[in-house]
Amino acid sequence: MAARPSARDAAASLNNSATSAGGDAQNAANLKPIQVKLVLLGEAAVGKSSLVLRFVNNEFQENKEPTIGAAFLTQKCKLDDKIIKYEIWDTAGQERFHSLAPMYYRNAQAAVVVYDITKPASLDKAKSWVKELQRQANPNIVIALVGNKLDLEATARGVPREEAQAYATEAGLLFSEASAKTGDNVMDVFTEIAKKIPLDQLLASRGRAGGAASGSGAAAGGRVDLNAGPGGRNAQPGGCAC
Amino acid sequence: MDESYDVIVLGTGLTECILSGLLSVEGKKVLHMDRNDYYGGESASLNLTQLYRKFRPDQQPPSQFGRDRDWNVDLIPKFAMASGEFTNILYHTDVTRYLEFRQIAGSYVYRDGRISKVPSNQTEAVSSPLMGIFEKRRAKKFFEFVQGYDFNNPATHQGLDLNTVPMTEVYKKFGLEPGTQDFVGHALALHLDDSYMTQPAKETYERICLYMNSMARYGKSPYIYPLYGLGELPQGFARLSAIYGGTYMLNKKVDELVYEDGKIVGVKSEGEVAKTKAVIGDPSYFPDKVKKTGQVVRAICILNHPIPNTADADSIQIVIPQKQVNRGHDIYIAAVSYAHNVAAKDYWTAIVSTIVETSDPEKELQPAMALLGPIAEKFISVSDLYEPVADGRADGVYITKSYDATSHFETTCQDVKDVYKRVTGNDLKVEGKVKKQEEGGAGAE
Repeated sequence: MAARPSARDAAASLNNSATSAGGDAQNAANLKPIQVKLVLLGEAAVGKSSLVLRFVNNEFQENKEPTIGAAFLTQKCKLDDKIIKYEIWDTAGQERFHSLAPMYYRNAQAAVVVYDITKPASLDKAKSWVKELQRQANPNIVIALVGNKLDLEATARGVPREEAQAYATEAGLLFSEASAKTGDNVMDVFTEIAKKIPLDQLLASRGRAGGAASGSGAAAGGRVDLNAGPGGRNAQPGGCAC
Repeated sequence: MDESYDVIVLGTGLTECILSGLLSVEGKKVLHMDRNDYYGGESASLNLTQLYRKFRPDQQPPSQFGRDRDWNVDLIPKFAMASGEFTNILYHTDVTRYLEFRQIAGSYVYRDGRISKVPSNQTEAVSSPLMGIFEKRRAKKFFEFVQGYDFNNPATHQGLDLNTVPMTEVYKKFGLEPGTQDFVGHALALHLDDSYMTQPAKETYERICLYMNSMARYGKSPYIYPLYGLGELPQGFARLSAIYGGTYMLNKKVDELVYEDGKIVGVKSEGEVAKTKAVIGDPSYFPDKVKKTGQVVRAICILNHPIPNTADADSIQIVIPQKQVNRGHDIYIAAVSYAHNVAAKDYWTAIVSTIVETSDPEKELQPAMALLGPIAEKFISVSDLYEPVADGRADGVYITKSYDATSHFETTCQDVKDVYKRVTGNDLKVEGKVKKQEEGGAGAE
């Protein structure tokens, strides 16, 4: 698995090139990472978390336990003169008993719907997730259908590539087959998504809404950032209103 | 589900989801079930189809209201106080990562037949029509007293020990008019009735501080509200629970609670029994273990305009103090709009609510409804309020309370703390509860 350039190296070099381009004043605005919420969907045990761990940390763990403790993972990805920061949400197992909350795909700009190329039933499940996204999620969401476990293709393939490809084309999805285990095609999934996201539109709408603003206090449009901390608590009542 | 759990939680309302999240973070093995196929129970926000299914099962939503998905209509109106305990819990559990909040644009109070903004700064206070010039001076002295009060320094007490003196004494000392007392007790301290007057002033003092601190935090009003509606809140805490290993099952009927020697040992659903040491749930799952404590009437109103006389605010709270309309309990109006992603473009939803005092609850809301201007559609409900008859220590069944008529989540937090203590034996400390994710960090492992 050491033969091909790893996802992490690729990501690291992207980050470096981004930093080195920092002197270009004209590009300065674009170098602020554009945050993109990406959600993972798919049947349990198709390798959703493994794909992301490969993309984010360039790791693979055999028999990985279901994900615990992380709100989401982040990874940057550079595209032309822009940097995209993926905020990647895992299902945290809530898909197992059909209990995924609508909040999960709220405002997601991208979704990776994963199936297992050795399990035809997992493609059916993936199709129902795509339907759910088309019904509930942001109408401009970019959806990628990914057949995982490509490393098992020679011995255990159960879903013909053509069949999945034809469905993806018909439904207007990006499509690829990949292997979280070997790293094959994993990076490509995320760069292809980045190319398809209407970044300029995203930037423009954030500018208006003030949604990308951070720091304490109220941002434009009345939004507030609670991550800045619960300041002012237990203080003496300041600034009496009357 | 044929497994053993430390706790099984029934119902995915906000109180239950916060508890589920906190217990999962501590390493408890939690199974969380709901009979509905959606999250939130009473604290859900509904789209148009769900709203009509609930209130007008024989009707389709009219097309003028636009797309179903644009609507997230709360059933129980509440806002978060910016410096309150609920915001504190959100912050320390990192659930703020999943939600976006927006300020409520204004807080108003009704007096002598009209509404006025609760001043949010000195300039507004000086020009406020709520008090005459002499009363403003008296009020200023009162607020200086509140601001300077220090329980450990008798020199700041001006002869009033707030631990013991009733609020009536404090009002008397500063010579505040009845209208100003209404303003302080109801618009700032957010008491629902006047029983606080004869109680020690400390609680009212603390409530005024909470209001002031919350107001000072972001300006405009002391309240914040999650985009897409209050239904996002239980979902956020459910996700917290899930990422710490909690198991979620929606659309899961509870057939039976299984006891051995009077102690809960399991929950039976669809023929299977999940074993457990404790059960937490909302009152609807335990009809024989709760008692009714009152009723709240709520009118969900859809408007295609801002509420009149509010400077076209995109969101607002209006408090109508009980005495102003000859009642025993305040009436509240809580309005939010498309600016919070809870309604289609150019629509507002206003929920009018109060504690029921007569046999014609809808009529009790009339003074508030009259402030709203033309109402495009309204949905009226009367809900019973329940609380458990026992504390749960004897049988291992810990029941939460119904959501009350207060306009914020502070009493919900109190219930969370009470149940948490009964279940675990410890006081809840939220500080340092989770390892907070660094801005921009990967956060895993």
